[in-house]
Amino acid sequence: MPTVRLGFSPAPAHVRTARLVAVAVARRAGVPEGMLDEVRLAVGEACSRAVALHRLYGLVDLVEVEMTDDVRFEVRVLDRAPGETRLANGALPDPLALVGAVPDRPEVGEGAPFPDETVAVGVGLALLAGLVEDVEVGPADEAGVGTVVRMSWRVTV
Amino acid sequence: MELSLQTRTVADNTVLEVGGEIDVYTAPRLRERLLELIAEGERRLLVDLAGVEFLDSTGLGVLVGVQRLLGAQGGHLGLVCRQERILKVFRITGLDRFFDMHFSVEEAAAAISDDDMASPDGEEPGSRAGPTAEDAPEAPGS
Repeated sequence: MPTVRLGFSPAPAHVRTARLVAVAVARRAGVPEGMLDEVRLAVGEACSRAVALHRLYGLVDLVEVEMTDDVRFEVRVLDRAPGETRLANGALPDPLALVGAVPDRPEVGEGAPFPDETVAVGVGLALLAGLVEDVEVGPADEAGVGTVVRMSWRVTV
Repeated sequence: MELSLQTRTVADNTVLEVGGEIDVYTAPRLRERLLELIAEGERRLLVDLAGVEFLDSTGLGVLVGVQRLLGAQGGHLGLVCRQERILKVFRITGLDRFFDMHFSVEEAAAAISDDDMASPDGEEPGSRAGPTAEDAPEAPGS
């Protein structure tokens, strides 16, 4: 059973709230002080990814965050978006390759394409994988709708 | 903490001092301000991240986009950063090799001479890190 469960509508403004809650629960669970920055960043990345997916698919469903205080501090971030399996396949994009794929001559002006969002999605996954020792992404349920990012950190008693 | 943005000029460089948290909520404001400066004709930009408490992939995406945009126009983007928690984000993603990074605004301004500006034909932005790494061994990421 999760110790703390949080649901928020897929708006960027709520991602900060999720980060703050996660750090507060992690601290109380006994995650070492020096790892709280990692928790903050990782939960933020997982929630940003979920918000981006919900917005991409036009979903109003809540993004769910479950935090369990046990032998390890575990966080599960669930989205309800279909067909997002990039990390589940084990294929991690290389940030530098993504940056290289950005057009050399982006145009300036209103409505001109700006490459930051595609870069951010790939970089976010790379950050998660590089940051957290124990992280996995899988289907959220048997029907295959949505994904869950599960991460855990050691706690000191 | 909310995002704060302030500009000043140091040795012909426009310095954008950023404070607070750069995330999926605040990054669009950072992007708008940087695009505004470029639209106003600024070509030598230094983004001072010294007051930044949090930076995520959305913020990195904005900086990458601005770097590409400026590079294509013969401009230059330098980053100033010295907090370990922020530097770590650049290192993990390997983007410390992509950006021209410095410990202080003064150091960054001194490192950027007119000769150092990218040609409008689009010098690879990654090469910007070259002179920095050689001239300042203590630079972040080196």
